[in-house]
Amino acid sequence: MWTTERIADLVQPGRVHRDAYTDPAIFDLEMERIFGRAWLLLGHDSQIPRAGDFATTQMGRQPVLMVRQRGGGVSVLFNRCAHRGSTVCSAAKGTVTQFVCPYHGWTYGLDGALVAVPSPAGYPEERHPQQAGLGLAEVPRTEVYRGFVFASLAADGPSLGDFLGPLISSFDDLVDRAPEGEVEVAGGVSRHAYDGNWKFVLENHLDTIHPRYVHASSIAAANEQDDGRPTDGAGEVAVRQMRQNGAPNELWEGIGLWVAGGGHGYMADYHDDEKLVAASDDPVHVEYQRRMEAAYGTARAREILSVTRWNSIVFPNVSFMSQFGQLRIVRPIAAGRTVLDTYVFRLKGAPEEMFRRAVAFANVVNGTGSPVLTDDLEVYERLQTGLGADGNAWVDTGRGFGRDVRDGDNGLDRGGTGTSEIAVRNQFRAWAEYMTGTGATEAGGMAVAAE
Amino acid sequence: MSGSAVPAASMDPAFDRAAVEAFLIHEADLIDRRDFEAWLALYTDDCRYWVPLEEDQADPQHTVSLIYDDRKLLETRVRRLGHPRIHAQAPPSRTLHTVANVIVEPEPEDGRIVVRSSQIVAEYRQNRTRLFAGRCTHRLEAQGGSYRIAFKRIDLIDSEGENRGIPIIL
Repeated sequence: MWTTERIADLVQPGRVHRDAYTDPAIFDLEMERIFGRAWLLLGHDSQIPRAGDFATTQMGRQPVLMVRQRGGGVSVLFNRCAHRGSTVCSAAKGTVTQFVCPYHGWTYGLDGALVAVPSPAGYPEERHPQQAGLGLAEVPRTEVYRGFVFASLAADGPSLGDFLGPLISSFDDLVDRAPEGEVEVAGGVSRHAYDGNWKFVLENHLDTIHPRYVHASSIAAANEQDDGRPTDGAGEVAVRQMRQNGAPNELWEGIGLWVAGGGHGYMADYHDDEKLVAASDDPVHVEYQRRMEAAYGTARAREILSVTRWNSIVFPNVSFMSQFGQLRIVRPIAAGRTVLDTYVFRLKGAPEEMFRRAVAFANVVNGTGSPVLTDDLEVYERLQTGLGADGNAWVDTGRGFGRDVRDGDNGLDRGGTGTSEIAVRNQFRAWAEYMTGTGATEAGGMAVAAE
Repeated sequence: MSGSAVPAASMDPAFDRAAVEAFLIHEADLIDRRDFEAWLALYTDDCRYWVPLEEDQADPQHTVSLIYDDRKLLETRVRRLGHPRIHAQAPPSRTLHTVANVIVEPEPEDGRIVVRSSQIVAEYRQNRTRLFAGRCTHRLEAQGGSYRIAFKRIDLIDSEGENRGIPIIL
């Protein structure tokens, strides 16, 4: 029996008990208390541009769909017929004029309102489903921020703005990079899975020690690669990123790791546009800068492009990266099973070649057959297996402990070095708040106080 | 001879179905014997090795892929397979490629012979067996009595599914 006290004991200064990753009962509580409370990112409204366009996904373990309304808004509905419980959509995406249940034909409008049932005369008047107000139930709260569709299974709680806190600027960073001020999901949604806990991936994306170990094989292979060999550009992007994982220790120590309340955080001051997107003499980048300056003015364009943010984590289900327009949505399936949905964004108004590079980048960081990702997935599975051991029941999160610093009054704390485990500690601080019902997971850096 | 039309290309020995099929079996055998250097040597300098995400995906530029390698990336991929700290292949997978339903298209594309086939790859590793079933398209260049591969596309039937990592050569 997981009492509040026992759950609270799982997260201690500089360490976390392995049950947080392996116990199925803890997972059940996570679905109820974290995924049942927090704002979850479901996707982007560019996936469903026209009325009747829908995309199905999950909130925790619950099937939901987001659908474009005739009035232009986005609704998030539970994918569950009000009659006997079948899902009303089975496809990952599509376009409908109405939702029709496959079992008995109950038919719903795009807003979820029940418009027809078979043999309506079979119901006594007072039990007629339409009289009773049955329909596809709407998820309690939905908010769209610059195209990003968030929803919460909780009827009350912090607003989306309060929930995101300082991390809202990471979404701005992504969208502001488009000369037209809008991004769109382009191409398909790629999925991959691993037999391990959902928290591993959120930890890993702000973990700066792992690349040289986990990715040793792809770093070495890329370092030995002859740059003169034929490429259509895709291989060049991929090889460059693999080499970047092998950057010297001083670089990793020097980058910035920031965390905010609610378990969120981001990595920045990593590599800047000059090195990453293109060299300054690259004609594609020159053209992109020209379009940005035409759209925003020189000063504002420079300000936008000077943001050097890399991975951002919005706890509990988002990892994204603005510089290459990458998004990963984390879907926990079980304590030892996780699925990631990965998206690539096109910056509207930017040169098409930039999108090609974003796709090439996505293939190497998110492709199921990537020489980089496959090693991450392997290690996640080895973590899950290893955590089954009774010896060393505690996971150590002590790197940089006590050295985190308050970063002024911007609601952020910063790791003392770029290799601090501040992000893991901060995620587990939020985890404990959700799981024990203490703390409001409010905006504002709290990692320093917690230590 | 029956009265049915025989494509002119079938008169060209480069389009010999038996020779093409023997070559695909040779490719599969090199992979299954883990002779990846020899496998890589089958590919041309302007080759593409592609596992698309979407069914009927038109191109590798406008949507992500499970794998999309040009020559440079394919060389890196193969070199990595020989690295001692490739965690995803420690221990290495054992694979078995089965190639069937070989069709040599009557018309070449970009001067290359177009071959369609079915491929089923069984993979065993760490007490687990997985199957990768897909439709393959090869574009082959006739060279010195054999062929080189300019293009290999593998459309997995579950490419849009929730797959664990695919570190092997398909």
